Amino acid sequence: MLTIKNLHAQVEDKKILKGINLQVNAGEVHAIMGPNGSGKSSLASVLAGRQNFEVTAGSALLDDKDLLDLSPEDRAREGLFLAFQYPVEIPGVSNINFLKTALNEIRAYKGLQPLDARSFLALTRERQKLVEFDAQFTNRSLNEGFSGGEKKRNEIFQLAMLEPKLSILDETDSGLDIDALRIVSNGVNKLRSANNAFILITHYQRLLDYIVPDFVHVLYDGRIIRSGTKELALELEERGYDWLKEEVALQAQL
Amino acid sequence: MATQIASTLYNKLSADFKHNRFSPEEAKDALYALREKSFAQFVDQGFPSIKNEDWKYTNLAAYLKEDLQTEVLAHDYNEVSPAKVSEYLMEGLDAHILVLINGELNVSLSSFHGDGTVSIQSVGSAIDTPDYVPYLGKEINIQRNSLAALNSALFKDGLFIEVKANGIVDKPLHIIHLNCSANGIFLQPRHLVVAHKNAVVNIVETFANIHEESVVWLNSVTEVYVEENAQVNHYVLQSGQLNTRMVNHTEITQKKHSLYNNYTATLPGADLVRNNLNVNLVDSNTETHLFGLYLGAGQQLIDNHTAVDHRKPNCFSNEHYKGVLSGNAKAVFNGKVFVRQEAQKTNAFQQNNNLLLSDKAVVDSKPQLEIFADDVKCSHGSTIGQFSKEALFYLQSRGISEASARGLLVQAFAFDVVSKFKLAPVREHVEKLIMHNLEQWFN
Repeated sequence: MLTIKNLHAQVEDKKILKGINLQVNAGEVHAIMGPNGSGKSSLASVLAGRQNFEVTAGSALLDDKDLLDLSPEDRAREGLFLAFQYPVEIPGVSNINFLKTALNEIRAYKGLQPLDARSFLALTRERQKLVEFDAQFTNRSLNEGFSGGEKKRNEIFQLAMLEPKLSILDETDSGLDIDALRIVSNGVNKLRSANNAFILITHYQRLLDYIVPDFVHVLYDGRIIRSGTKELALELEERGYDWLKEEVALQAQL
Repeated sequence: MATQIASTLYNKLSADFKHNRFSPEEAKDALYALREKSFAQFVDQGFPSIKNEDWKYTNLAAYLKEDLQTEVLAHDYNEVSPAKVSEYLMEGLDAHILVLINGELNVSLSSFHGDGTVSIQSVGSAIDTPDYVPYLGKEINIQRNSLAALNSALFKDGLFIEVKANGIVDKPLHIIHLNCSANGIFLQPRHLVVAHKNAVVNIVETFANIHEESVVWLNSVTEVYVEENAQVNHYVLQSGQLNTRMVNHTEITQKKHSLYNNYTATLPGADLVRNNLNVNLVDSNTETHLFGLYLGAGQQLIDNHTAVDHRKPNCFSNEHYKGVLSGNAKAVFNGKVFVRQEAQKTNAFQQNNNLLLSDKAVVDSKPQLEIFADDVKCSHGSTIGQFSKEALFYLQSRGISEASARGLLVQAFAFDVVSKFKLAPVREHVEKLIMHNLEQWFN
């Protein structure tokens, strides 16, 4: 589904991604872990098309389309979804109006008619339940005055509404209490299917207890330095990252 | 005498004044005296130039070049049919319709002619009655407002709305100002609204030109008196076409326990809009809200000058103006709040926020507080910014096109002000106008 090859990116002159290779197939969940500043969130930003990143080499194919050639909105319409680490508050834009606009623009891109009011409402109600999202939130301004947990739940609610092929959850677990973490994880688990895939960016093994990944990757200094199964996350929890950093340093000396 | 600009129009107006000179035999002495005094003021000051602090950012000279006719010709009236008027009704607004053509009340096109609660008259017919004269020009400072002085010297007609004591006007009064002249015209309507003790009235004003190609220069003065415990909700929707220049002087006087709400929305179209909105709080315990939204596009210049004069204790005033500018549009916001020594326990708040959508759009924002009392709560603030890139990216990352995302953000920016418009059909109409104009800007 997603094939990233030799992806290099920089902000101004600072090189952030230094040759990322990653293959994500339909039905899989991948976790990306790594120390602070290793480039995890940057990878998510580059894939979603945030402006300040400059891609200097490589490709990122979502099915047969290179995401890097597309505008951020077209990436979303092709089926990419980024759950933000810090969802933006936009006072004055109602959650519901925002979602209707997004859903219908995605549908128009696919050559589908806009959803009528009744079907949209029905879909909203059904998907709200997935993240135990109160109807009152949907009528409020987008993320305005939401608690950290509410914002993250709103991200997953949007994910549920837009039904992307590939979802990247950028530290969705940060700032969540145990209950909110459980709700968000349950939502994601219910949305998992053979036709979609997830990339979880996280610092903590705890999230992976709830959403069990098929693969775990360690990102360090702009490269994936180790890939494994969910046991790798447990090992990292126990040993930290220093042993991996040392291995990288050793290899560099050789 | 100040340096004179726009001499053709100036000479024509001077000739009009001499020709029409209202003789003391014909008019009440007070009116005659006001006209003489006002014209002397205009002759002394001329059209305001940028040397005048109140006009520093708005150069009128560029808008006074045409040779405009100052007399309304009678045949123009045939061009406005009831069907034409119906184009300017507001969807969903159940209102009494008052149609003014070139500043004169048109009785046959209006659906309402007053009732036991409210009287509707033309200023032309009420001009020398004791109902009208005592209110005329009572609070307007003609020394500082030469255009208001010019209007005072030469006005002939306008609308006179008087709501009787304890009267609650059952429906909003929708005043449709239609300007209709095949040739360029300089109009000086003069309106008066008096809401007597305990009265309540909603007024909605809209503007349109029948001949879009000819210049309409409107030098309008509206006086509003809100008597004790009365309430006036005043909506002004300015969506004129190109070639429209409007200077709207609105002078409000509030008595004890009265409430005045002003909602002004200025949309793209008119070349020049200058609003002078002055609120005089001449008594204690009043409440005032001024909400303004201006969307400027093209070469437009939108200038809002407001002044709230707290003269007595325990009054509350709140002002929030927001502007969005694209293209080469320019806006001016100048908000003055005076708190006089006697006006203790004043609460006065003022806020102006601007969103610039292009590199060439300009705004001059000047909040001004002058406080002479020592026990007051006052604040003012002004911001000028661009779109938040992060908000744009967030919307785009959900599949929303850049143009739609910008549209949503403009609507969101306007929301603080538009959501305050209490009459739902007016609010929805303004929202529609915003959407309509966004399409024009982003395509």
